[in-house]
Amino acid sequence: MADTAPSRSRDLDKLLLRAGNLVGPTFEPGTELRDDLQEYARILVVGAGGLGCELLKDLALSGFKNLEVIDMDRIEVSNLNRQFLFRMEDVGKPKAEVAAKRVMERVSGVNIVPHFCRIEDKDISFYNDFNIIVLGLDSIEARSYINAVACSFLEYETDDKPREETIKPMVDGGTEGFKGHARVIIPGVTPCFECTIWLFPPQVKFPLCTLAETPRTAAHCIEYAHLIKWDEVHSGKSFDPDDPEHMQWVYSEAVKRAELFGIPGVTYSLTQGVVKNIIPAIASTNAIISAACALETLKIASGCSKTLSNYLTYNGVAGLHIKVTEFVKDKDCLVCGPGVLIELDTSVTLEKFINLLEEHPKLQLAKASVTYRGKNLYMQAPPVLEEMTRSNLSLPLYDLMDKVAKDILHVTGVTGQSDKKTSCLRKLRVVFRGVDGVTDMDMAGGA
Amino acid sequence: MIKLFKVKEKQRENAENANGKTPVKKQSAGELRLHRDISELNLPKTCSITFPNGKDDLMNFEVSIRPDEGYYVGGTFVFTFQVSPIYPHEAPKVKCKTKVTRQTLFAHSLFAYLLYFLPTLLHGCSVYLLIFFLANTIACILTCALHLQVYHPNIDLEGNVCLNILREDWKPVLNINTIIYGLFHLFTQPNYEDPLNHEAAAVLRDNPKLFESNVRRAMAGGYVGQTFFIRCI
Repeated sequence: MADTAPSRSRDLDKLLLRAGNLVGPTFEPGTELRDDLQEYARILVVGAGGLGCELLKDLALSGFKNLEVIDMDRIEVSNLNRQFLFRMEDVGKPKAEVAAKRVMERVSGVNIVPHFCRIEDKDISFYNDFNIIVLGLDSIEARSYINAVACSFLEYETDDKPREETIKPMVDGGTEGFKGHARVIIPGVTPCFECTIWLFPPQVKFPLCTLAETPRTAAHCIEYAHLIKWDEVHSGKSFDPDDPEHMQWVYSEAVKRAELFGIPGVTYSLTQGVVKNIIPAIASTNAIISAACALETLKIASGCSKTLSNYLTYNGVAGLHIKVTEFVKDKDCLVCGPGVLIELDTSVTLEKFINLLEEHPKLQLAKASVTYRGKNLYMQAPPVLEEMTRSNLSLPLYDLMDKVAKDILHVTGVTGQSDKKTSCLRKLRVVFRGVDGVTDMDMAGGA
Repeated sequence: MIKLFKVKEKQRENAENANGKTPVKKQSAGELRLHRDISELNLPKTCSITFPNGKDDLMNFEVSIRPDEGYYVGGTFVFTFQVSPIYPHEAPKVKCKTKVTRQTLFAHSLFAYLLYFLPTLLHGCSVYLLIFFLANTIACILTCALHLQVYHPNIDLEGNVCLNILREDWKPVLNINTIIYGLFHLFTQPNYEDPLNHEAAAVLRDNPKLFESNVRRAMAGGYVGQTFFIRCI
C-alpha cells in the first residue's frame, strides 16, 4: 500500500464502516452509507448565530454535504466573541450569507445555501424538503413555530401510529451563559416542543406600580423607561429594540430615573439585557451544545448509534454537569398528537357534526365550538361570535373544509358527567368517505 | 434512516412532477388555547366583547366594561387585548383606550360648547366665550387624539393598567375570563396602594368624597387638575 496521508473521513469511518453494540436497528455499515450521507441527506440549520456557526462547522466536518442555513439578522460587533465565522469587516452583513461562505471556503465539497429572511417568510413546503432540521434559535416563539411546522407534516395510520415517512426529526439546542440544552424531537415518538412547553418558568415581570412609584433596582429603572416613559414621550411610535437610537434613549432615561432614586448599576449592557432579554454568551457553552446536536444529527441520519433520549441539560457554572432525561410525549398534544379519527359522509352538515361529537365514545363532547385552519366555523360563545357563525351550521362540513379528503380540525366543549363537567380542547382527524377513492376505514390513512 | 432519505428523494422528484398539494399553515397552539377560552367566555351583563378584525382573528379584541356599582357606575370603559402566539405562556397585553372617531369628537366638542356656552352667554360676553370654547375644543382634540383617559388610581394617562395577573402573577392556568373579572374589579374596588396615577390614589386615600366628585366630573367630561377627560357616560 502506498504511503498516503490519512483519509479525510478517517474518524467518520470508525463510526460508519463497522458494526457495534449500540447501533440502530437499520444500520448497515459500509462505504455506501458514508456516500449516501453525503449525497442524499439534506439538513437545515435554523439560525446562524452562536449555535448556528458552530453547527455549520460541525455538520460540514461530519460528512454532510447538502446544508442550508436561515437567519434574518446582520452581524454585530458583540457577536464576534463566539460567532467565529465572522470578522470585524463583516459587521453589517447578513449572518447566513457570511457563515455559508466561510464554511464552504474551509471544507471542500460542502454546499451551503444561505437564506437571509425570517423563518415565517418561507413556504411550509420549503421545510418539507429537508430530512432533519437543526435549531439554533433564541426564543420560545421561534421554536414553537418551527415545531408546529415540522409536526404538521406528521400523518397517522388508522391505528394511531405515526407514518414513518412523514416524520421530520428535529434537533433543538439552546444556551444561556454557562447553561445549555440539547434535545431530540421525533414527532409522534418523542415529546415535541409543545408537549413540554410547560417546563419553562414564567418570565420575570415587574408590577407596573413598582416601576412607576417604588423602584428599587437598576432593572426597575430600565423597565420604567422602556415600558412607561417611552409611551409618554413617543406615544404612538412603537419601541424597536434593534434601533440603537431607541436603546440609547431608554438608557439615558433609565440613568435619569436611577439618579432620582439613588439606585446604582444602570449600564448600557444591563439595559440591553433587560430590554432584549439578553444573557452574556460564552463560546464554550455554544461549542458543547452544538457538538451534542451535530452528533445527534449524524446518529439520526446514519443509525450509527442510539440517539439521545431525549433531553440533555448542561450546566457549567460550577464544574461540568450533564444530565439526560427521558420525557414522555403528551398523547393529547394539540401539535403532535394523533387526535381522534372521525369518518364522515360529505353530506354531513356542521350542525349534525356538532351533535355527533356528543355521542362519540372517545369524545362525549357537548356544546362544541369548531375551528379549522384559523377559521372559526362555529362558536358557542360569546353571543356576538355565535351570531356571526350561526349561518355555517346548515352548510356541509365538507364544503366548510374546502372540500379536502382529510384534514385536521379542533373542537372545544364540555365533557364529563353531570357533576364533574370539565372543558376540553381536542384535535380531530376528519376523513370524508367516498373522496379520492377512499371507501372504507381500512384504506383511510389518517391525516 | 438513510434508506428513508433515498426513498424521500425519489418521492420529492415525483411530487415535483405530479404537482402535489403542499400542506397549508396550521394554527399555533396559542391560538387554539385562545379559541377555547373565548368559546367558554361567561361574561356578566356589565361586560361585552367585540372583534374588530372579524370572527377569524381572536388574537385582537376589545372589551367594554360598564360598572353597575361603586364610584364608576354608569361609565363605559374600553380595553384592547393583544394575545401573543405563545399564549398562555405569556399574558395578553391589555391597555385601556378607545379610538375617538370624528363623530364622537364632534359630539364631545358640541357638548363642551353647550357646557360652557350657555352659562357664559347669560352673562353676555360672547367674544370672550368664543375664544374660550375654541381653546377648549383644541385642548380637547389635542389631549384625546388617540385615547380615552380614565381618572383611576390604577390606570395611568397612557392607558397602562396595573393589575397583578397581567404581569407578575400571570399563570398559564388563568384565562381571558379571569382577566376580564380582574378588570371589572378595578372599577368596583379601586386600590390606592398600587398607584399608577399618583394624584388620584392620594385623593382616594385622603378624601374619598372628593375622589367621588372627581370621578363624576371626569366621566361627564371635564377637567380634574390639569387633565381634561372625555365624557364616557
